[in-house]
Amino acid sequence: MQDSTFNTPEISLDSPALRERVVSHEEHQDLRVFGLLTFLLSESLMFGGFFATYLILRGGTAVWPPEGTEVELLVPTINTVILVSSSFVIHLGDIAIKKNNVAKMRLWYTITALMGAIFLGGQVYEYLTLGYGLTTNVFANCFYLMTGFHGLHVFVGLLLILGVLWRSRRFGHYSAIKHTGIEMAEIYWHFVDIIWIILFTLLYILTLF
Amino acid sequence: MWILSIVLVGTSSILGALNFVVTILKLKVPSMKWTEMPLFCWAILATSVLALLSTPVLAAGLVLLLFDINFGTSFFKPDAGGNVVLYQHLFWFYSHPAVYLMILPIFGIMSEVIPVHARKPIFGYKAIAYSSLAICVIGLFVWVHHMFTSGTPAWMRMFFTISTLIVAVPTGVKIFGWVATLWGGKIRFTSAMLFAIGLLSMFVVGGLGGVTLGTAPFDLHVHDTYYVVGHFHYVLFGGSVFGIYAGIYHWFPKMTGRMLNETWGRVHFALTFIGTHLTFLPMHQLGLQGMPRRVAMYDPQFAYINHICTFGAIVLGISVIPFFINAIWSWLYGSKATDNPWDALTLEWTTSSPPPIENWAVLPVVTHGPYDYGKSDRTVEVPQTTQTAVSL
Repeated sequence: MQDSTFNTPEISLDSPALRERVVSHEEHQDLRVFGLLTFLLSESLMFGGFFATYLILRGGTAVWPPEGTEVELLVPTINTVILVSSSFVIHLGDIAIKKNNVAKMRLWYTITALMGAIFLGGQVYEYLTLGYGLTTNVFANCFYLMTGFHGLHVFVGLLLILGVLWRSRRFGHYSAIKHTGIEMAEIYWHFVDIIWIILFTLLYILTLF
Repeated sequence: MWILSIVLVGTSSILGALNFVVTILKLKVPSMKWTEMPLFCWAILATSVLALLSTPVLAAGLVLLLFDINFGTSFFKPDAGGNVVLYQHLFWFYSHPAVYLMILPIFGIMSEVIPVHARKPIFGYKAIAYSSLAICVIGLFVWVHHMFTSGTPAWMRMFFTISTLIVAVPTGVKIFGWVATLWGGKIRFTSAMLFAIGLLSMFVVGGLGGVTLGTAPFDLHVHDTYYVVGHFHYVLFGGSVFGIYAGIYHWFPKMTGRMLNETWGRVHFALTFIGTHLTFLPMHQLGLQGMPRRVAMYDPQFAYINHICTFGAIVLGISVIPFFINAIWSWLYGSKATDNPWDALTLEWTTSSPPPIENWAVLPVVTHGPYDYGKSDRTVEVPQTTQTAVSL
């Protein structure tokens, strides 16, 4: 083994240097997906704060939701089906790019974007036709705040998908071996979907049954 | 405006913590084993994970407050079905971990400074590393000890008293580790070491105050009194500030390429040490006598002790003068620092002072632990690496 008091470049077959394939700091793995996952963990704790608020306020109120601010089930259920299915659709797009099929990926991502837009449209319709506003009572406060922040995140996810579609116009930008942006948009979309499932359970299932 | 600024700085906290977590978990030099990583990095890992998990809850609480103030909602207005204690829960869920965010990196600094200036391997490397993670986890479950007088139900006060007492244990592990590191070491009473040892004593005082405050029955008497102020200034000033000073004296040569003047460092330490005790120790008595916090005027019965605190505060004010003059003068005209003025073994000391951009042109290869003083027959200690990776 190397004498540690001399800085010679002799490397034995079993030295750490031989095992090191990384020489300079530019050569490290792509950590953007890991970074996004860590960020989403943090973001889910913000929603967690909202969920805790909802549950605590609900626990302290006799009639929940209060008279006059009930939830309606039809449009939100349809919206849930659309959003959850869109998670499967976007995954098809990920499978497509892993087989180097950019056209197929664009097809599935476009459909996902449309489904996301319909979801947001449904939310706007809900807001306009519910009959109560943000400040009506504490349930309405929670309802609009939670669905509003979720809708904001859906909108951001939509922008990410549109961004992917825009970038995919350039030939060779995405391929089977290079598609981090596509994966990140997909992971973000799944996050938005999971948050909605929890929201739907808290706001709709828990209030009706 | 305040809310928006806190949300902005909270977002920056989260992004910084995100960076550190990903860097530490995924971008260690491949030859560095987890047990060879400097304890400062373990501390930053724990700090960053804690920041990622707690700061968003503050963001949520502040968003709700913003809506209550500006958009007519009533999350925290009891008359309209809201809950004021809910705000306290959301606030303190972050703000208790926040104090660990302020002290964990300092503990990391201690673990770097003490072995170097005592020339002895750290005692209990794994215990200290794991205790940082333990503080991170347990620290998420103690927040209600700030709310013992908020109408909290008895079972909750009991639970959080117990969890608060438990969270003191990992810190005790560290204190014992550092004392054991000092024991039998070849101690150089440099300014960095003086502040590190000063921290040890200060933090024990503050920590003991914290343990007493963490017990609900006692806290009921001293909540919102100067006893609390005395406690947190011991841990914040005697802990965080002393640790920052120690870190500055330790790494100033590396960062600037100049040495700080040691004599003035000692003057700075002496004034700071005396000033801190004079200012904050009497506050415990004030609290026990019933002087409340956050008041513009106090009852004349508290005057004498308050005057002692004021004198101490003046001493503290004077204490920063030698430090600032030292820092500025030394940065401009101090004696040039070598690469490794403290003969330390961690990787930063293998670079020049100050280091070049990107630190190393070729990544170093780590061959042993960061505190291996006296652990071999070598007469000259070698840093963590003497090899460099070579492209094959």
